[in-house]
Amino acid sequence: MPRDLTLSFLAFALVGLLALGAVLPLWVVFLLTVAFAKALVVIGLVVMMRAGLVSFGQGLYYGLGAYAAGLMANFLGVTDAIALVVLGGAVSAVTGFALGFVMARYREIFFAMLSLALSMILYGILVRSSTLGSTDGFNLPSPTYFGLAAEGAAGRRVLYGLTVIVTIGVAMVLHRFVRSPAGVIGEAILTNEIRVEYLGTSVARVLHVTYVLGAVAAGLGGALVGLAAGHIDPDLAYWTTSGEFVFVAILSGTGHVAAPILGMVVFETIRTFAFQYLPYTWQMVVGIAMLAVILFLPSGLWSLFIRARYVKGRT
Amino acid sequence: MSEPIVAARGLKKRFGAVVAADDVTVEIRPREIVGVIGANGAGKTTFVNMVTGYLKPDEGTIMFRGADITRLPPREVTRLGIHRSFQVAQLFPNLSVRDNILVALASAERTRPSLMAALRTRGSIARVEAILAKLGLQDDAARATTELPQGRRKLLDIALAMAGRSAVLLLDEPTSGISTGEKFPLMDLVLEAVVAEEAAVLFVEHDMELVERYAQRVIAFYEGRVIADGAPAEVLADPNVRRYVVGAELHRRPEGTKT
Repeated sequence: MPRDLTLSFLAFALVGLLALGAVLPLWVVFLLTVAFAKALVVIGLVVMMRAGLVSFGQGLYYGLGAYAAGLMANFLGVTDAIALVVLGGAVSAVTGFALGFVMARYREIFFAMLSLALSMILYGILVRSSTLGSTDGFNLPSPTYFGLAAEGAAGRRVLYGLTVIVTIGVAMVLHRFVRSPAGVIGEAILTNEIRVEYLGTSVARVLHVTYVLGAVAAGLGGALVGLAAGHIDPDLAYWTTSGEFVFVAILSGTGHVAAPILGMVVFETIRTFAFQYLPYTWQMVVGIAMLAVILFLPSGLWSLFIRARYVKGRT
Repeated sequence: MSEPIVAARGLKKRFGAVVAADDVTVEIRPREIVGVIGANGAGKTTFVNMVTGYLKPDEGTIMFRGADITRLPPREVTRLGIHRSFQVAQLFPNLSVRDNILVALASAERTRPSLMAALRTRGSIARVEAILAKLGLQDDAARATTELPQGRRKLLDIALAMAGRSAVLLLDEPTSGISTGEKFPLMDLVLEAVVAEEAAVLFVEHDMELVERYAQRVIAFYEGRVIADGAPAEVLADPNVRRYVVGAELHRRPEGTKT
């Protein structure tokens, strides 16, 4: 059995990224904050995809998490970042648990379309709610940390730190999950559900748990993005947002929970530069990048690492 | 004679105009080895599917150790210790042979699989190695199930069924698609494991030589009905069985063509 170094690797990455946060230019810190927060959503999605649940509606939980945090900050005056992020995850968890009873019964395209439909219901509600700012959304106050205000540049760096901690933390937890009995049974469900039932395990229950984990990750990501941008609007729940998560999941590959972190950083970097230099055709650049990955790395960016290790093992 | 561990009484199942099971009454006693024979479409697999909860009978009851299990789904029947293998091996092709068995062991251990404990531990892998060694699959642990030859796939399928402690094992054509020379060693291996577990076995089989050699009791199906049930010599000598079952076997299509 090859030794699994993921947890130590992630712990090192956490320390390294936190240190980098103090020295990197502010625009890079912001780019990485958004990338890590969105990577959280994709990490959850990748875990779901391993069990065959390809959700085209993670925007539902992404939007819910952001709006839960935003509403709590604006209407109840809670500004503590950690409380807001935890709330975003919790609201998504509760919603995911309730909807999971229905969703765990659907597979493949039916699951994908139903998840898309649910996210568009949230989008529709948000767009029509004038108290929530309708299509414009609303701004969030700057968050505080344990009662300490962190404004301007310092605030951005602190929020970056929080995002890195939450994202790497969730990746560690979900890495344990995919290697647990429930996680591997999820992979077994992908190819032979009947056999799993005939081994005495409830397929619906395993898929339900997996679905809730995906929802929580998306909710945490949504709350963090809301705090980073200082603004939220219904586009967070729009289907193109959900589609982007699937896009990055495929770009990253489902082989490892850390893959989406890499994938999302690459994606956000390509998009930022493409948008700056080719403002009218940036989507084409992103599309070509995707095409290249599908052609040359069909298992996603992560396969670069797998291949390297495989070759090393052979020589 | 001891109390039956499984008692199916008056089972009836229709699929449209076809009566797949008609007043089927079968009892299995603890530690018994029962062979089931019958031509294609005689209702053997339907019977196994009803006992394991995959199909609900239209009429009749199935009792296990005195409790009614007629309406239970497969997963709950499995948890009671009624395990089955399949005519076409039902494996997880995206997992290695080792992981296939690990999944089965984890399922047998806990109703709600753990979310955080590691599946692949030194202890669990040692258990898998022991199981694989017993079946002669020790060199295949890291292979994909799709690379295995048919005989080993069937063995692995049975190993998945037996990962938990079986009270009753239902083997649906354990030797179908396997070369004649491999059939006896496979049955020897499986029945040895079953006897060690003190489980009862019911195996569906087309090869009369195998039935004669391994079954302590034989049940013959014909068009959804049980037409004979008793000692192998008696059943195989029964004129109806000779005419409808054994005779039909001589003319049946070659191995592997049945779907």
